[in-house]
This record gives sequence, C-alpha cells and structure tokens, in this order.
Amino acid sequence: MNAMVVIQLYVFVLAGFVGYQVISRVPPLLHTPLMSATNAISGISLVGSLVAAGSGDHRISNILGCLAVACAMINVVGGFIITDRMLKLFKRADKSAEAK
Amino acid sequence: MRDLFTQGTYFAASIFFILGLRSLTHPDRARAGMNQAAIGMLLAVIGTLFVQEIVTYQWIVAGIIIGTVIGVPLGTRVKMTGMPQVVAISHAFGALAATLVGVNEWIIHDFGAQVSSGTMAALGFETLFGALTVTGSVMAWGKLQEVLPGKPITWPGQNVMNLSLLAGTVGLFGWLVWNPANPLAFWLMLGLSFCIGILMVLPIGGADMPVVVSLLNSYAGLAAAATGFAIGNNVLIITGALNGASGFLLSMLMSKAMNRSLTNVLFGAFGGTPAAVGSGTEGLSVRATSAEDVAVQLAYAQHVIVIPGYGLAVAQAQHVVRELAELIEKKGGEVKYAIHPVAGRMPGHMNVILAEANVPYDRLYDMDEINDQFDQCDVALVVGANDVVNPAARTDPSSPIFGMPILNADRARSILVLKRGMSAGFAGIENELFYDPKTAMLFGDAKASLTKLVAEIKAL
Repeated sequence: MNAMVVIQLYVFVLAGFVGYQVISRVPPLLHTPLMSATNAISGISLVGSLVAAGSGDHRISNILGCLAVACAMINVVGGFIITDRMLKLFKRADKSAEAK
Repeated sequence: MRDLFTQGTYFAASIFFILGLRSLTHPDRARAGMNQAAIGMLLAVIGTLFVQEIVTYQWIVAGIIIGTVIGVPLGTRVKMTGMPQVVAISHAFGALAATLVGVNEWIIHDFGAQVSSGTMAALGFETLFGALTVTGSVMAWGKLQEVLPGKPITWPGQNVMNLSLLAGTVGLFGWLVWNPANPLAFWLMLGLSFCIGILMVLPIGGADMPVVVSLLNSYAGLAAAATGFAIGNNVLIITGALNGASGFLLSMLMSKAMNRSLTNVLFGAFGGTPAAVGSGTEGLSVRATSAEDVAVQLAYAQHVIVIPGYGLAVAQAQHVVRELAELIEKKGGEVKYAIHPVAGRMPGHMNVILAEANVPYDRLYDMDEINDQFDQCDVALVVGANDVVNPAARTDPSSPIFGMPILNADRARSILVLKRGMSAGFAGIENELFYDPKTAMLFGDAKASLTKLVAEIKAL
C-alpha cells in the first residue's frame, strides 16, 4: 500500500465524518432538498468522465466517456435545478403574507 | 502550473460543497449555499478541462450538450409530488456515469493487464456499486411511478437466492483483485451487479421506498468515492463520502421512523402477506359526519393540527388545505401541520409538497416538536394519513407496526378523519383511531371534501 492510497483513505474517512456531522444538523423540513442536493453534487463524477471523453489514446474511451459525461451532466443540471426550485418554495409566514 | 490550477479548483469545489450542505441547516440560507455549490461544480469542470490528458474536445462537447438537453427538462418539468421518482432516476444516471468510467479505466489498461490489485479493488467496487445502483434506481423509479407493481414481489427462497448471488459477485470481485486481467470475471461481475440491483428492490413495497431511495443515494456516493480512489481524485472521494454519509444517515432515520431495522426493510418484505386484521375493531362502528357539521366545529376551533399523509398529495388537495387553514386563522384559530418522518415517498417529501402550496415553513412541525401539543388541540384533522396515526403502534404488541413512533392524534379533544373509504393503509392494518368515540369520519375524495368544508365555513 503506497502513501497515496493512505492519504486517500484519510480523506475519505474524514470527509465521511464531516458529512455525517453536517448532515445530522439538517432539519427534516429540508430532507428532500438535501437528497437532491447530494444527488446533484455526486454528479462530480463528471470530472472523471471528462478526462475519459477527452482522451487522445483510445476511441473506446471517447465513446464511453461521452456517454458518461452526458449521464453525469443530467445528474448535475437536473439536480441543481430541482434543488433550487424546491428551496425557492420554502417561505416564512410573514414573507408569504407580503407576497399576496 | 496547469496541474496546480486544476487541483486548486478541486480544493475550492470541495469547500463549496461542504458549505452548501451546511447551508441546508436553515431554509433562509439554503438557496445561496446551493448556488455556491453549483459554482464549485462549475470550477471543478473548468479545472478539469485544463488537465493534460485531455487532448480532444468534441466528445466532451457532445456529452455536455446531450446531458443538458435531457437534464434541463428533467429538472424544470417535474412536479413536487413526482420528486422521489426524479431523484431515483437521477441517481441512476449518476451511477451509470461512475460505472462507465470504471469500465473504461479497466478496458484502456489493457483489459486489466496493467491494473494493480489496489486499483482493481477501487475499480471493482466502483463498477459493482455503480451497476447495482443503476438498476436498483430504475426499479425504484418504476415502483414510485407505478409502472411496476408497488406491492412487494416475493417468492420462496428469495433471500437465499439474492444472498448467494451477492456472495458470488463478491467472490468474483475478490478473484479480480487477485488477478485483474480476467475479462470473464469482470463482465460476469458487472452483469451480476446489474441483476442484484433489480432483485434487491423487487421484494420491497412502495411504502418502504423512502428507505430505498436514501440507500441508493448512499450507494451512488460510494460508487463516486471509489471512482476517486481509482483515478486518484480527491474531490471525488470527498463528495462521494459526503453523499454516502448523507444517504446512510437518511435511510437510518427513515427505518427508525418505521421502527424497523434497515435489514428488516431490505429483506423483510413487509406487507407481502396481508397482515392479520387489527384487534378489537369488530362490532365497533365509525361515526360518519357531514361537511356542514364539521364546518362549524372547525370554524370555532382555537387550535387545529393538520396531519397530512401521502393521500393528500395524491388527491392534489394541498392547496385547498392551505385555503381551509387560512379561513380558520381568519376566524381566530391557530393551525399547525404535524409532519411524520415517513409521510410522503421520500424523506421530507411532505414538507416540499406543502411548501409548494404556499404553506409557510414555520407552520410545519416535526413529530417530536408537536407530539406534546395534541393535548391542547381542539381538532386533529387527518387528511390522507393512516398508519402514522394508528394507536395500535403504541398499544398492541401483536400489530406489525407496534413500536413505530406515531403522531398522537388520539390525544386531541376531537379528531376529524378525511378518507375515501374504510380501506386499510399501506401496512394493511385496521386503525382503531377511526372507531374512537372522539373521531368523526368525513368520507369522500379529500379534495372534494375540503372544498366543501371551505365553502361551508365561508357561508357561516
């Protein structure tokens, strides 16, 4: 096991703890937006897909990468739009009274 | 230099993501925080485009265009009631991306011949979790969309079969780590993982979908983290870990709200056989009421707690409920909404549905916040909910839902239940609350009944 993998494991475990701490403070009120938000940011696999799609060595990488970019992009774009649409809906009593 | 720039954007993206999730602790800050997260994503993408390995851009552009063309309508057209389906299908796409990257990594390294055992462990994990999340999410989508039967599909020996398939897949995974250049094992593992995703969700009923969707969220995260390990990318590892933790936490919360262990939800096939009809409801009669009678009662109530269930969303009655609540408030009463954690089809779903109907979020109360207030409540108005107010969960050890935390509707001074008919809830259990002398039943479509109530109160 090389040093790189060890560092990656540290990053993984620590990020998991941070995630657990941050997310356990999210009120049930916002659990659905939370889910679509984590869904949107998990579209970060876009990063790996981009590298594959832009590879100059293998045609197969281009094709699989292109598909992966499309899928991840659906995830990112759809996820962020949905999250924003939901969060827009949550209003306080006084504010929704003003809106009328 | 280029590499430093790319790493910088990844670092920034990781921070923005964590801050974005942190902002979700409060509805007022949440939107700004998520915009930050979106900027983080954009930065990471721009940073990646400068990576040296990328030499051609036409495939990237094609992928981005296809993804945007599908993703934008997916995001803008979905109704709030259909949210769980879209989240499920979105998981499927994310996981498919991770799976494709994993398969590609394995292929271009000479079909595993140039892959070290360590990298193979990450790649195998990525394709295994990715593939089962893809089919599992599609199945969950099918059940939620009611394309597939919502009832659990079971057969004898199912758990044994699924577990041996899983064991076989894990065995292939182990074989691959030992010898990565093994195409047979690789493709077989991939195929089996797809099958497991399907078989895993088949025996789980529609009512348990909140747990399944959360769990798939977690799996999608783990697949992304494994991608990060395989290609040595920290932002993927961090995001995957965040996502994995969040999905896991939510599925635990959901299981707890149903008083069942995660294992029981996954392998228990709840409701597969109709549960024994509840105790002691035979010979009892329900008190049916009319909109006129109830209108008077509601109009002069001081303290009303609305208990919405998924039936409310199905009947599209959320707007009428809000109208009714405003009328009661105008007459001097106070209206609160009691939200059970598993009301709706995914965690927090009911809150979104009510928020869409312009119910202010400070009127929405979690079960723990409001359960003590039922004693002072004049009317508990149950709309489209059933199992979450069934006192059998507290009193009847033989009931399948015994021990499940419920909303204390039975402690209110009077209870009004809006219901289509006397059918049992998701769990297939009789509800004693309906036979309580304090309870009045208003039968009919929830939306029609509420509209009638609104008209009656206005006429008072």
